[in-house]
This record gives sequence, C-alpha cells and structure tokens, in this order.
Amino acid sequence: MVQYAVYKCNLGFRGLTASTPTTQSGALHPDPARYRPGDQTADQTGANPGRRSRAWWDWSVLGIALLLSLPVLVVVGFVFVPAGDVWRHLADTVLPDYVTNSLLLMLGVAGGTLVGGVGTAWLVSMCRFPGRGLFEWALLLPMAMPAYIIAYTYTGMLDYAGPLQTTLRDLTGWGYGDYWFPEIRSLPGAAVMLSLVLYPYVYLLSRAAFLSQSLCVLDVSRTLGNGPWRTFFAVALPLARPAIVAGLSLALMETLADYGTVQYFGVSTFTTGIFRTWFGLGNAAAAAQLSALLLGFVFALILLERWSRRDARYHHTSQRESSIRRLSLTGWRAALAFGFCLLPLLFGFLLPATQLGWWSLTVARTSFDAAFLTLALNSLALAAGAALVALLLALVLGYGRRLSPSRRVGAAVRIAGMGYAVPGTVIAVGVLIPFAWIDNSVDTWMRASFGLSTGLLLSGTLVALVFAYLVRFLAVSLQTVESGLGKIRPSMDEAGRSMGLSPGQVLRRIHVPMLRGSLLTALLLVFVDVLKELPATLILRPFNFNTLAVRAYELAADERLADSGPAALSIVAAGLLPVILLSRSITRSRHVQSA
Amino acid sequence: MSNQLEVLDVSVAYGDTPVVRDVSFVLETGSIGCLLGPSGCGKTTLLRAIAGFEAVSRGQILLHGQQVSRPGMTVPPERRRIGMVFQDFALFPHLSVARNVGFGLRGLSARERHTRVDGLLDLVGLRHAARQYPHELSGGMQQRVALARALAPRPEILLLDEPFSSMDAELREQLAREVRDLLKREGVTAILVTHDQLEAFAMADLIGVLGQGEVRQWGTGFGLYHEPADRFVADFIGQGVLLPATVLDTIQVRTELGNIAGARPHGLAPSSAAEVLIRPDDMLYDESSPLRAVVVERTFRGAEFLYTLRLDSGARVLCLVPSHHRHAIGDEIGVRLQADHLVVFPQQQGPRP
Repeated sequence: MVQYAVYKCNLGFRGLTASTPTTQSGALHPDPARYRPGDQTADQTGANPGRRSRAWWDWSVLGIALLLSLPVLVVVGFVFVPAGDVWRHLADTVLPDYVTNSLLLMLGVAGGTLVGGVGTAWLVSMCRFPGRGLFEWALLLPMAMPAYIIAYTYTGMLDYAGPLQTTLRDLTGWGYGDYWFPEIRSLPGAAVMLSLVLYPYVYLLSRAAFLSQSLCVLDVSRTLGNGPWRTFFAVALPLARPAIVAGLSLALMETLADYGTVQYFGVSTFTTGIFRTWFGLGNAAAAAQLSALLLGFVFALILLERWSRRDARYHHTSQRESSIRRLSLTGWRAALAFGFCLLPLLFGFLLPATQLGWWSLTVARTSFDAAFLTLALNSLALAAGAALVALLLALVLGYGRRLSPSRRVGAAVRIAGMGYAVPGTVIAVGVLIPFAWIDNSVDTWMRASFGLSTGLLLSGTLVALVFAYLVRFLAVSLQTVESGLGKIRPSMDEAGRSMGLSPGQVLRRIHVPMLRGSLLTALLLVFVDVLKELPATLILRPFNFNTLAVRAYELAADERLADSGPAALSIVAAGLLPVILLSRSITRSRHVQSA
Repeated sequence: MSNQLEVLDVSVAYGDTPVVRDVSFVLETGSIGCLLGPSGCGKTTLLRAIAGFEAVSRGQILLHGQQVSRPGMTVPPERRRIGMVFQDFALFPHLSVARNVGFGLRGLSARERHTRVDGLLDLVGLRHAARQYPHELSGGMQQRVALARALAPRPEILLLDEPFSSMDAELREQLAREVRDLLKREGVTAILVTHDQLEAFAMADLIGVLGQGEVRQWGTGFGLYHEPADRFVADFIGQGVLLPATVLDTIQVRTELGNIAGARPHGLAPSSAAEVLIRPDDMLYDESSPLRAVVVERTFRGAEFLYTLRLDSGARVLCLVPSHHRHAIGDEIGVRLQADHLVVFPQQQGPRP
C-alpha cells in the first residue's frame, strides 16, 4: 500500500512526462514485438519471430491473473447464492449497524486525514520554519505503526490504571468516578487511531502535488491581490484536489480493510461482521455476501480515485518543478506551524513507540524466550517466502507486459494488481471457500477410490495463507518491478545486441544489474506488508501456527498489553524500513530540486 | 575498393504492411552514407534491417561480401560486427563511461582493453570523464561516449540512428562535421539515418532520399539540391517553387522569367506544358532588370532576406537577397533569373509541392 502511494505520486503528479516503456518504444518503432530479451528463435526464423515463446508468456500472464482474481470472483459469485434466513436475520439486526458504523468511521478518518495530511503537506512544502526539513520525512513515521497496535497502545496509556489517569488522580486527589474521562474504545476513538496512522497517505500525495504546482499560478493569484491564505484556498487547494482525493481514497480503503482496531474497540463494521458470520454463525454464504457488499464500498472508492485522477490531466498546468520560494514564518506563526506538524508525529509515532518500548523493557526478561524466537522465525520465513514468490510472479507479469503488445495481456496484468484494494478479510473468505471445496472433493474422491483420507491439502495450510498474501500484495512488487523495467529502454537491449551480446547475455549483463535495486525494494516492501498483515493471517493460518502480528493481537485482546510489547515493537521496527526508503526518495528529490 | 555494404532489392514488412520496398544501394569501404527522409518514410526500419533487428521480406543484405539477411534468414545483430549509435544513446546507466566504452570488447587482456578504451576516449576527447557516470554528462558528451562505445570493437560498419536529433539546432551541424572528421580519420564505413538535410549534407558522402518506403534518389547533397529526380525530392530538399513552363525544344523551356536551357535533354515533348523548379538562389536581385515583381512576404535570415515575390501572372517565386537590400512589403523590385540547372517536370494536376 505504501508503495502504491509512492507509485501514485511518481506517475500521476510528478508531471505527466514520465512515459512508460511501451509508449517510448511505440513512438520510436512501430512493432513492440521485437524487445524479446530471452528469445532465441527470432534469429533463425526471420520474418516471423518467436511466436511460440511469446504465446508462452501470454498464457502465463493470463493464468496468473485468473488465479489471483479467484477470491474476488468467488465472493462476487456468492451474490447470486441464496443464503436464506441468516441473511434476512443479518439484515434485520446488525447490517444497518455495519453500514452506519463503517460510514461514520470513514467520515471521521476522512476529516482527520484531510486536516492532518493536507495541513502538514502545505506547511512543509510552502513555508519555512524551524524543523521543516526534519518534519518533511519524519511525518511519514506513523506509517510504520499498524492501526491495531496503536489502538491497544493508546488503550493502555489512557486506561483507568494507565499513566495518564494515574498522574491525573495523583495531582488532583480525585478518586474513581469523581471525574469524566473520554472513552478511547469507541467509534470516535477508532477514527482518531486510524487517522493518526493513515494521514501520511494524504500527506505524501498532496505534498508531491504542492511541489509540482506551477509557481506562476500562485504568483498570479498574489498579484491579483490574494494573500497567502486566500491563495491557498482559492488556487493551491483546488489544483491539488486530484492528488488529495487519491490519497484520501487510499486511506479510506485501509479504513475499510481494518479489522484489528474496530474489533478491539468493539465497533461493529463490515470486517468484524464477516468474522462473526463466518465463525459465529458458521454461514459461509452470508459471510461471502457481506464481503461482496464491502467490496462494493471499495469499488466506489476506486471509482472516486479514478475520477479524481482523470481531472489531474486538466488541472496540472506545469510539468516543470521549479524551486519554490517558501514563505518564511517567524515568531508565533513559526511556533504554530511547528506545533501543528509535531502533533501527528508525536501522537502517531513518538508516544506509542515509547510506550511499546517501555512495555518491552518491563517484560524483556521473560518475553524473549524460545517461544518468541519461534514466532519471529515463523513470521520472517512466511514474509520472506511470500515476498519471493510475489517477486517471481511480478517478473513474469512485468516481462509479459514488456514483450507483448496485446491489450489482453495489459488488462490481465492490471487485474492481477488490483488486490491491493481488497480487504484482507474478504480475500481470506474468497480463498477459504474454494480451497475448502477442493479439499473436500479430493478427500471424498480419494476415499471413494482408494479408501484414503487426504484431509486438508490447501485450506488450513500455509499454501492458502501465502496465496492470500499474493492476491493482496502482488501489486506492490509488480509496480516496483515495472518501474525498474521502465528504466531499461529498448534501445539498451539493442545496444547490447549490436555489441555482440546474445539475448541471454543482455539479460544477465544489462537487465539484472539495472534491476537489482528495484527487485530488492520489491522484496522488502512485500516482506514488511506481510509481516504487518492481520485479518487474513488470523483466518487462514494453520492450526497452532502463530506470527508476530497474530500473537501481539491475541495478547492485547487478553489485556496482556505489556506482554504484547516485544512482538508489536518488532513489527513497528520492520515497518520503519519502507518508511526509510520513502524518506530517502523524498530527500533525493529535494536535492534534485535544489540543483 | 571493396563494397562494405550491399543492400539488394530489400523489402521489409510489419505483418502485411510493407514499410520498405525494393531498396538497393551499395556503400564502399570508408565512405559515409545517409538515409534521409521525413518521419515514417521507413529509413529507421531499413537501418534496423541492416543491423539485424528486422527481418527482410524480400531481397538480401551483404556485409563485407557475406550474406547476413535474406527472407527466412537473419544473422542476429551480435554476430554481424556492427556498431550502432542510438537516438537516445542508450548508455548503460549502471556503468561508468570507461566501462560503457569497454562493454563490447571481448577476448582482450585487461591491458589491451584498457589501452583501447583510453585510445577511444582520447579520440572523442573524454579521457577526463572516464570514471564519471552517464547521468553526469551533458548531451553532447553522452553522444561522444555512445560513439566511442560503438567504435570500440572495430565494427565492419557503424550505424547511426538520428544521432544528433536530441541536440540543439546550432550544435547539430558542428557535431555532424566533427563526427565526420573522426570517422574519416579512422577510415570507418558508416551509414546515418536522419530527417535533417543540413545534418546529412554536413556528414555524408552519398545521400539516399526515402519517401514512403522507397528510395527516390541517390546522390550527393549538391546533386540532390540542384538536380532532384522527382517532385518529392525537389520538395523535401531545400526550398523552391514550381513555375509553369512550356517546352521549347529538347533542352529548353520558356517561362515567365525567360528561357532556361539545361545541360542534358529533358525528354519532354516540344510545346507540352511543364513545370520548372526555381530555387530561391536562382533568382537574383537586379534593379536594372526589366523583369519586375512585387514583394508579398519577407523573412529576415541574418545574412540575407528571403522574399516571396508575385509575378505579373500572379505566380509566386522565392528570392534570396543580401540583407542590405531591404524592401517593404508591396515594393516592386527588379529581378533576374540565373539558373545553372534546369529541373523540369511534366505538368501535373493536383496539389503542387
């Protein structure tokens, strides 16, 4: 998801000149079929080169896309299966709550992320005040904090027995019941928690948009008598709107996908409802139908994002990134700007990270035992495995698109990359239903034919879990791989060939070294995303198989907050890696601008 | 002197769409050829067929007497001993300048390799930039690295695909001359593809003008300008207008500006209607001339003015006049025709070039 946001800012708002490899080659040479790095047959057959090898790629790409869209197809397919009384029961009782709560939550998160994200983005890109350079990258830190972790960290901090209320009572001499204190475990509380960790999406995209805005339009507004504030609201904000909406829709997709926070806070939304229907009522069809309804919400968000991006074409007036003359803030204005940027950073990262660190210290002697090691190894192996497979698939898809001009392949690649928008819960349901069916069918057939019971081959094994991760996170590695491939222009392949390299040598001596960075990034991003993922892991993990995320969540649910500290802290630490990558690209772009 | 490159009746097609049709030409060792034409004329496709990136659908290509392309057989680029300079240079961003240049060198000891790379960097004047990376260089420097890289393995022939198109207009001609000097000094056989005629004039010994996949004319720059073989070449190379004329005899025609005689028979029937190509430099400014024309347009070119003049009949001609003769639009001036070459085409209906 993080990478997706970066992709959006690179492609959509960093100037529309960034051309894809296909458009480049298309402009120079009419036949894209010739960039076939691994193709030997082209040399001998002459006029009709490599048809077989291209067909092989085409079919691989189509097959992968079909497989990865299976969960969504299953879920959508269940719309037509009658679920009977259970569905009517749901509609009569809890469904209105799910819809209302989800909408209210989205409303709250939208408000929070807009104020926090756009406000800070404007300050760091347009104003000069102490700490600006630091905030520019530090404001991304809350991205490392999964929402469910920040949620129970705050619960611990704001508890009756927590540090804040204890201090309050010590200072005032009040006792239990003498004072009112806001309840964090509520819908508004959940909205605040989610906003604290999701505002960076809005920040990232609107900052890029502000930086790429033509200074001329802002100057024109000033010469027409608008002050800086009026200019912001009348010119800069409308111009950045497509970017802001894109960031917002990403944040809202994450909100819809959240399970840990709302479950922990006892707020009934779609995700918790799907869990309850699946495990509580044991009704797969109804759970799938709830999932389909949730997908409908997600789809609306995708449409919103697409629609806003279509506007970008017309709104984006300048492709040049001129150096920005930042408005100097002094005195109380500077202090205010500093405070405004510090707040989300403090509450979104510094405070909860400190608390997690403190908890980890208090239990350090007992927690880092063999069980924790197993947990960590489980998580690392799972994340590394999923990242590796995702990378391999992304390479097949990426090269498939590079080699084949067909629209079919392009569409298939895009479909394979759509999983980022589908909530983990939905994917889990969509994986489990067909896999369980396959397992049962195989088992029945084997017993009938050979008197053998095969049991669960797919569902309830790591295969199902890794498959679900692939569906959800393939987009991340795909975008990284494709952006890496985009840098290798077709003429570089040809330059290699003209200097005596065979197609295989071109791959080894030009592509591999040039792609290395992108491939590592793709591995890292998927690795971290898998490490943090909660709901799909909860549903699909094999019996007695725990990961850091699951364990942290379970301990917290049992009110053993301090004990969950080490696992949670490990996840946050891993989550910092992509944030560091992002910060580095931000600092780099700043150097480019100043040069 | 042997033939380094022979292109014989070559056609290239994408699917069923022919892009290059029946092209033949021969390039001698050490000479520089140029394929010149508007975009989409097939010149780049032809170059890529010579390089081995495209298969030919008819004809054959010979490099140094060896057949490298015929229908159904294409020797892959890596086995052709060619060097190629790409439009976008295609330098490898992950390698330093020296390693880019040394990329195509194989079977050499480290020392020989080093010597060769240094020699080439000296040749293009980039010894000091050996350790730098492509993104640190200016466009002109990148171009020279690309050239050095293509020359390093001592190719049989050097192919240049619009090598100067990303340069500033002022730089292009100068660079083209520099590259020509370098190639001539090294005795490299080369073929260049461009749409810029000044680039072609500055660089090539022999120029082939391509239009719609066919070669319209081979010749030197001077020949193409002054004796274009057809209307397409006349229009594409240089400026000029076609003026109505009547054929007098086998070598003469009569125009509104006077009679023009050619050096060779033009092959048109006497007293048939024809059109004559009049270049701006065929028209001389002469106040004493009885032939008068009215200025309708004026373009300042620094050393000279390019005037568009209206003749009595309403026909227009272009006239290049040294820039101290300054006339306003509407002025009537005296002109005289001084054409050294007669370029005449039979009268044609439809749009004139």
